[in-house]
Amino acid sequence: MKDINYKEVLLKPIFKGNPVTVLVLGICSSLAVTVQLKGAFVMALSVIIVTGLSSFVVSILRNSIPNRIRIIVQLVVVALMVILVDQVLKAYAYSISKTLSVYVGLIITNCIVMGRIEAFALGNKPIPSLLDGLANGAGYGLILIVVAFFRELLGSGTLFGFRIIPQSFYDAGYMDNGLVILPPMALILLGLIVWIQRSIQKDLQEK
Amino acid sequence: MNTNGNTYTVIYSTVLVILVAAILAFVAMSLQDKQNENIKLETITKVLTAAAQSDDNVSIDETTDVLKMYTDMISAAFYVDGEGTVKDQMNMGKNNVKDIVVPSTSDLKKQNDIIKKIEDAKDEASRAELLKTLDLPVFVFNINGKTVTVMPCYGAGLWGPIWGYIALADDGKTIVGAIFDHKGETPGLGAKIAEAPFYLSFKGKALSDGEPVFAVEKGKHEGEPSCVDAISGATITSRALGIGINLWAKYYRPYLNASAAENAAQAAEDAATCPESVN
Repeated sequence: MKDINYKEVLLKPIFKGNPVTVLVLGICSSLAVTVQLKGAFVMALSVIIVTGLSSFVVSILRNSIPNRIRIIVQLVVVALMVILVDQVLKAYAYSISKTLSVYVGLIITNCIVMGRIEAFALGNKPIPSLLDGLANGAGYGLILIVVAFFRELLGSGTLFGFRIIPQSFYDAGYMDNGLVILPPMALILLGLIVWIQRSIQKDLQEK
Repeated sequence: MNTNGNTYTVIYSTVLVILVAAILAFVAMSLQDKQNENIKLETITKVLTAAAQSDDNVSIDETTDVLKMYTDMISAAFYVDGEGTVKDQMNMGKNNVKDIVVPSTSDLKKQNDIIKKIEDAKDEASRAELLKTLDLPVFVFNINGKTVTVMPCYGAGLWGPIWGYIALADDGKTIVGAIFDHKGETPGLGAKIAEAPFYLSFKGKALSDGEPVFAVEKGKHEGEPSCVDAISGATITSRALGIGINLWAKYYRPYLNASAAENAAQAAEDAATCPESVN
């Protein structure tokens, strides 16, 4: 088996091979749950746990999985992790689980999770797979938090629910931007992030 | 080992699925109490929020100790039947907040099913029989000296149940607050019934004596006392809400009329015995 460069496994998904901005996966939830930082943060954490643990478990099972039902087995494992996360959130972070509503359940369909299992966990040992899953979840979470930061700041004038833009600004005529709250603006923000990344990382640009 | 054989595949998938099911069942059971507690707390918050809208000085936000506020403000909580007779008391948690009893949405659904049966009842006798079996929850709050009665309502929305809590003033008609919730209405459309601009539009309206008791309709209803503007793009949810309110208000009416008469008599008596307190 080839040697694994742990540094690359951990760092590549954060920036150079970010699942959201480079592979453009997991867009749906990153538009839906980024209105507030708190929700985005919990969502990011949930995805990190799900990608990490399901890659880990599938990697342990990888030599025993019948090839014909490989995808189904992966799906069962991912679904198990997602439901566990959902149940824990419902018990210990009820209000956040209400704001995230269906999107926690929809992590099952997040392409990043299945993508990493297929591309990495099936061919690598458990520990590297766990790290790869965690790192990809973190790459997704990072984008989520960056988008949510701007959306909450410009859309509600708060960060994590704390008022950042002082009342005197509002008295002077400043208004929160209602458009930023809506999903289309999240897509525009995401586009801007992709733009910035590609202008830094020239090798991503298509000729 | 041949991992591609039929027998192996079948056994593998069976074992995997049973194992996963066992894990999930175990986790669901161990977290159940905590989850139910959250749901109960949410119901209490909803009931209290509806009642608190009656007073601009009372506000509820994330930092409010809802349980304490609830036990401080509630003066009675009980069930009534369809004829207005007070039945069992609910534990208000005055001694221990953990004992607070509030009806869950499945309790509301049970009552809704009985109401539907009453609507379909063929003859007077079976109707009267069913009316007695109703257990409609009533919450009476004392908010800064004013009596506020909260009645729940329930209905079938577009994708699932919708329910709410309507706070009425001591005349049993004027709406002083309302709040709604839903299981899974369309976000951005039907889900707006649970959001602020919509439920706040109920405040200051009143349940009418005629038919319908209350309407949730599209159009301009600024002057009309028993009508609020429906949500654009959520026709079925809005209509279902209207139907739910009408149906439930009908069966609360006997109790509300009785308590309104009692409140009026009480007020008259107070005015007669100590007229200076009016000032």
